Amino acid sequence: MKPGSSLLDTLFWRAGGLLVLVYALLPVAWILSLSLKPAADLNDKHFVPGELSLEHYQAVFVDAQFPAAVWNSIGIAAISTALSVLLAMFAAYAIVRLRFRGRALILGAALSIAMFPPVAVIGPLFNLWRTLGLYDTWPGLILPYMTFTLPLAIWTLSAFFREIPWDLDKAARVDGATPLQAFRHVIVPLAAPGVFTAAILVFIFAWNDFLFAAALTSTNDARTVPAAIAFFTGSSRFELPTGSIAAASVVVTVPVILVVLVFQRRIVAGLTAGAVKG
Amino acid sequence: MSPRRDASEERFGWLLCTPAVLAMLLVTAYPILYALWLSLFRYDLRFPDQREYVGLANYASVLTSGVWWESLANTLIITAASVAIELVLGMLLALVMHRVLFLRRTVRASVLVPYAIITVVAALAWKFAFDPVTGFVNPWLGLEQAWLTERWSAFLVIIITEVWKTTPFMALLLLAGLTLVPQDLLDAARVDGANAAQRFFRVTLPLMRSAILVALLFRTLDAFRIFDTVFVQTRGAQGTETVSIVGYHALVTRLNLGLGSAVSVLIFICVIAIAALFVKGFRVSFAAGEES
Repeated sequence: MKPGSSLLDTLFWRAGGLLVLVYALLPVAWILSLSLKPAADLNDKHFVPGELSLEHYQAVFVDAQFPAAVWNSIGIAAISTALSVLLAMFAAYAIVRLRFRGRALILGAALSIAMFPPVAVIGPLFNLWRTLGLYDTWPGLILPYMTFTLPLAIWTLSAFFREIPWDLDKAARVDGATPLQAFRHVIVPLAAPGVFTAAILVFIFAWNDFLFAAALTSTNDARTVPAAIAFFTGSSRFELPTGSIAAASVVVTVPVILVVLVFQRRIVAGLTAGAVKG
Repeated sequence: MSPRRDASEERFGWLLCTPAVLAMLLVTAYPILYALWLSLFRYDLRFPDQREYVGLANYASVLTSGVWWESLANTLIITAASVAIELVLGMLLALVMHRVLFLRRTVRASVLVPYAIITVVAALAWKFAFDPVTGFVNPWLGLEQAWLTERWSAFLVIIITEVWKTTPFMALLLLAGLTLVPQDLLDAARVDGANAAQRFFRVTLPLMRSAILVALLFRTLDAFRIFDTVFVQTRGAQGTETVSIVGYHALVTRLNLGLGSAVSVLIFICVIAIAALFVKGFRVSFAAGEES
């Protein structure tokens, strides 16, 4: 306990902490509650479900639309993440380790793309992708995701790479290690946390995107989860399939929440690294 | 890091950066130039044969239409309201995260939940919460309000969703700035008899100026691009269209590439204008910081 903090102080900050918890979890609890209500209770307006049922979970997995979207989302987000982090690693290494005139230019370009409005390019991309046959395909989404996450990845990785004692690899070389050994046993373990952090942030971005998915896909071939959920159609055209939407939302939200809770420190470090040091 | 600069190092540097630079040029610079080009044509994908050069006519029709100005006003209202609320709320969150000892890890981790949730999911959760048939908000408040069917109450729901989703990001940026404020400076102020409010407004806030400006810049530009929440909650009905929704409808729903591209270019110009204003703000702020 910090010196000078009274009982009142402690209670005040405890209450604050609890309020933060309620703030963060209220909508999540609500969507979970909706997903577990039997269809007949969906409109009972109660925050806590009276009875529990898994019927909506069964419904979303019986329909072909949702499993396809989950598969598309995982595949597209994973490939975009791998590519973006790989390209960003090269660039960040050059920015941190090499003296060359383009450094400021590349960081500046990355920053301006971070501020770029994606809606400004969906029209041209839509037209271009139709001509090139990339419309409604995985590469058609991977390309924009990879590009729009590059700034985030480059900034995060540069911030992490700056902290690495690169001379350690020279020391290993002096001790008789080959360049490859020095790289594998010295540099890779040091760089891994930063790379991993950048990968989580990039994955969350790609997993979250709706605009590109809505504009550049049209069928189960490449439609990702956010677009699938937003365009979910129930059995009747005029009825919003609330229960199915809630169940699908829970299915795609829970894994991400778990990842975030487990890697909390890294995500915070990554999110603030680019902004504060930039 | 070696201080020397030689040609081979220069070449290697560029070589390593080329893939990233190419990707960024291919998917942003090229399309925006293409959009600039398309915006000079009458070009509707439903009538591709009627494509013809029309100069600035598309811009003229966008800029003289009420839709563009109304959507720009809507976007600015949503941006200003949500960023202002986020700044205050984010600062409170940052203070709690900074000071809380009880359940510290849980509190700090829970703040990341809104950040990690898919925006579409968050927008639907709040939409259902405010829904007069399904939601719990009306019974809790004792109201019978159809929130999303009227303009201002729809704005309220949209802003609440935006604030809920993005305040944690703001709070984390502010928390990073908060941890840079030296504790002994605050202790010294306390010894000198400054109360908590004075310590916050006279010591902490001035030292956080640059962290606050960075957070505001990021969030303002991000809020200006708002699309997902509005699309899911109202699809732009009830006069809640934002500029991104207008662009999307012109391009994807109506397949009018000429007009849609003109909207895209105008949005791009708005973003540059906002960024320029902030850069100017940074200069003023730093100049003021150096004087004092």
